[in-house]
Amino acid sequence: MASVAASEVSSRPGGERGRWVLPIFPTVMIGIFFVVPFALIVAVSVAHQNPAGYYEPAFELTHFRRFLSSIFINTALFSVGVSALVACICLVLGFPFTYFITRLARRHQVFWLVYILAQLSLSEVLIAFAWQVLLSKTAGVANILVWLGLLERSVSFYPSFGAVLLALTYLVLPFSVLILYPALSRLEPDVTEAARTLGASPLRTFFTVVVPILRPAIVATGITMFVFTLGAVLVPQVLGRPSHWTLSVLITDQAIFQSNMPFAAALAIFLLTLSMALVGVTMWINKRAEIKT
Amino acid sequence: MSRLLRNLYMGVIAVILIAPLVVIAGISLNATKFLSFPPKGYSLRWYVEIFADSGWFGALQNSLIVATGSAALAVSIALPIAYCLWRYRIFYARVLFSLGVTPFVLPPVIMALAFLLFFTTVEVHGKMINVVLAHGIFLTALPLITVSLGLESVQREMIEAGQTLGADDVTVFRTVTLPIVRPYMISGFAFAFVLSLNEYIIAFMTVGFTVETLPIKIFNALRYGYTPVMASVAVVFILVNVLIFGLIARFGDLPKLLGAWSARDE
Amino acid sequence: MLDLALIDITKQFGHVTAVADVDLQLDGGNMVSFLGPSGCGKTTLLRMIAGLDLPTQGQVRLGERDITHTPAHQRNMGMVFQSLALFPHLSVGDNITYGLKIRGMSRNERRAKAEQLLELVRLPGVADRHISQLSGGQRQRVAIARALALEPDVFLLDEPLSALDANLREEMQIELRQLQQRLGITTIVVTHDQGEAMTMSDLVVVMSNAQVQQVGPPLEIYRQPANKFVADFIGTSNLLAARMEESGRATVAGHSFAIARGGDGLAAGSEVVVLARPEDVHVLPGHQDGPNRLPGTVDFIRDIGATVEIIADCGGEKVISMMTPKDRPAVDVGTEVTVEFPAAACKVLRD
Repeated sequence: MASVAASEVSSRPGGERGRWVLPIFPTVMIGIFFVVPFALIVAVSVAHQNPAGYYEPAFELTHFRRFLSSIFINTALFSVGVSALVACICLVLGFPFTYFITRLARRHQVFWLVYILAQLSLSEVLIAFAWQVLLSKTAGVANILVWLGLLERSVSFYPSFGAVLLALTYLVLPFSVLILYPALSRLEPDVTEAARTLGASPLRTFFTVVVPILRPAIVATGITMFVFTLGAVLVPQVLGRPSHWTLSVLITDQAIFQSNMPFAAALAIFLLTLSMALVGVTMWINKRAEIKT
Repeated sequence: MSRLLRNLYMGVIAVILIAPLVVIAGISLNATKFLSFPPKGYSLRWYVEIFADSGWFGALQNSLIVATGSAALAVSIALPIAYCLWRYRIFYARVLFSLGVTPFVLPPVIMALAFLLFFTTVEVHGKMINVVLAHGIFLTALPLITVSLGLESVQREMIEAGQTLGADDVTVFRTVTLPIVRPYMISGFAFAFVLSLNEYIIAFMTVGFTVETLPIKIFNALRYGYTPVMASVAVVFILVNVLIFGLIARFGDLPKLLGAWSARDE
Repeated sequence: MLDLALIDITKQFGHVTAVADVDLQLDGGNMVSFLGPSGCGKTTLLRMIAGLDLPTQGQVRLGERDITHTPAHQRNMGMVFQSLALFPHLSVGDNITYGLKIRGMSRNERRAKAEQLLELVRLPGVADRHISQLSGGQRQRVAIARALALEPDVFLLDEPLSALDANLREEMQIELRQLQQRLGITTIVVTHDQGEAMTMSDLVVVMSNAQVQQVGPPLEIYRQPANKFVADFIGTSNLLAARMEESGRATVAGHSFAIARGGDGLAAGSEVVVLARPEDVHVLPGHQDGPNRLPGTVDFIRDIGATVEIIADCGGEKVISMMTPKDRPAVDVGTEVTVEFPAAACKVLRD
């Protein structure tokens, strides 16, 4: 069969001029507007911060040291903890949900997909806003609970850790569905049917066949949700107390309101390193999964 | 029995997913400024406000311009990369692909800070072009992924068939590749457009005090001056979203666009 | 019709040699098969003729012109791909007239041409249908029509029938051959199915391991295989290990055999292989002495209605004999038999 090995591209008569011309525009754009700004963060993180509110080129590690002091490291730990928690919840809730969607008839699938995609229209700011109302004293869910007799008086459920957790999960769940969708829909029904003919109940099939096969996708999704949650910057501010602030909030605060760019940059480097490590792990997992199949 | 459980499970999640939307819709239709439960009176005045109030209308315009510009930019960066990677399989295209996707998978605050530093350093900041560029780079990942997905469905032999039928490289691209990939380009544009409309932190850090987009204005309103117009804006957003994706679903193959293998083409 | 010449063609992908030193002269108007197992280089060779790959070395000539460096879209060759590669976004008619549209033919003319071509491939009236609405066999015909639309100088087919089921395949083989003869167009078919090559071709090019093993009309290849590979690949063969005694005689399994063909120029004692086709080999019941005979035991009898095959074990060598039912001897599995290899049917092969 006419097959060219993936690593070797043979030339053909007439040449392939496109391959040299095409990458030019993307290279320029990405080079100038991604690589350079990135390099700037690294450069600024070691700059000297003048107390008057601007920074000067230098090389010092004060900002990193400051980060490792207790207040700020706590924020980092909190960020990691809540992101991990949200990622787990999303997987537990989102995986079965997506699985059910992919087993439906095409028309119903489209309905659910549009439903999920509609959630994308809710940006973080609107989600923060909506949950603020939902959890408020005057117009929130509490009123329904009072009406049902489960509560005596209406209360506000925010600011609290629970509120932040709930809203963050809500924020990130649709993405988990969209990421799991390709992997789950490509799962052949034969595999589950084979398990069923061998006597496994649907539940057992799910846990002993479906989940193991899709483990790379699950792990990758979990890690992606983790990184996404790390990026939330409005929900913690609106629905939580300063103790519930995440690293992202801290970076924004330092950069805009404290005018301390170098420190913000140092924090960003930490967040960056953490995220990239996780993204790297995801890609490694995917690569291993590819090799196995 | 398990069928019932399944439907119950999906139903509960569906309700939770829609609950905030219901709330927002309720606020947007509320007659008075402050929402109470149960609501007192209904009115459409907050929808009219979007267009009547120059602050909100201006923010809407800004958001639309930025979204259109940045989505177009994202597609124009993504298309050559995806095509190069698929057609010529050179290693550099793979590098570009990874670089193109990276801004999106990182916490956005990092990119926001990076853009802020960059634009202040070159001393061109606070202008609309800044946020268009920033969003364009940030959102490149979306058309990059959708177009790559689309190119997967173009068999190499179709390109070669076109060549043996007398088409040179440009003609083959125009008559074979492009028509097949076009729906994916459009869905990539749509995703980027929607996400740009919703994006807060990058817009805030690059132009937050000079160019007010809708998310920025909404957050400010949340903090400093509550008004139900926020809710009506949100409802309009959602309707536009449903419309865009509904159209894509109607005219295209939505499951396939999102990565499923359609039974139609083996 | 123009003659096609491949001169000293070699193709390397990195360290892998896909095609080595191929020299072929193909006269215009003929149907040629490139036959061989997968990986032998036949498809790569076809692609170089089409202009989809550039030879590392060598020349491709069409008539008087050297077209080695001519891009595929300027070669005017029609090609049918193994996967058919029909355009999913175009209707049947638009697929067929794709090349004509590029050449600037008007819409009305194209409609007429599409109908004409569909008639030619015996699939009238489907011009407005969508590709996905056609069956495998129908799509096959559309692919053929599309390739022929531009009235190419050379018609190339890469394993065109491999995706069809057996009945349809045989039908299509005959149809393709008739079509080619009607149009008189130089045609090259790549296939791994020797039955296909034998049915359809004027000339068969047998390839293995990047090299041409033999070129010739189908029957010549069958009757006079050049070497062991060809003998093995084409039809069923009995290949017996032997040692030359003198010109015209060799020792096979301890017996001295007279060999009619192929023993010239080989030193006595050299190890060779003796070929005898199953239809030339006779099975006689019991022990019957005589020249060119081996004793054996019947291992298996394969009676498939039109022919009977008797597989016998002759001192460790598996021998197949094929005959029509009326010539079948009265033997069963386990019977002691004598297998005769008439001298005229034997041929000495080099490796």
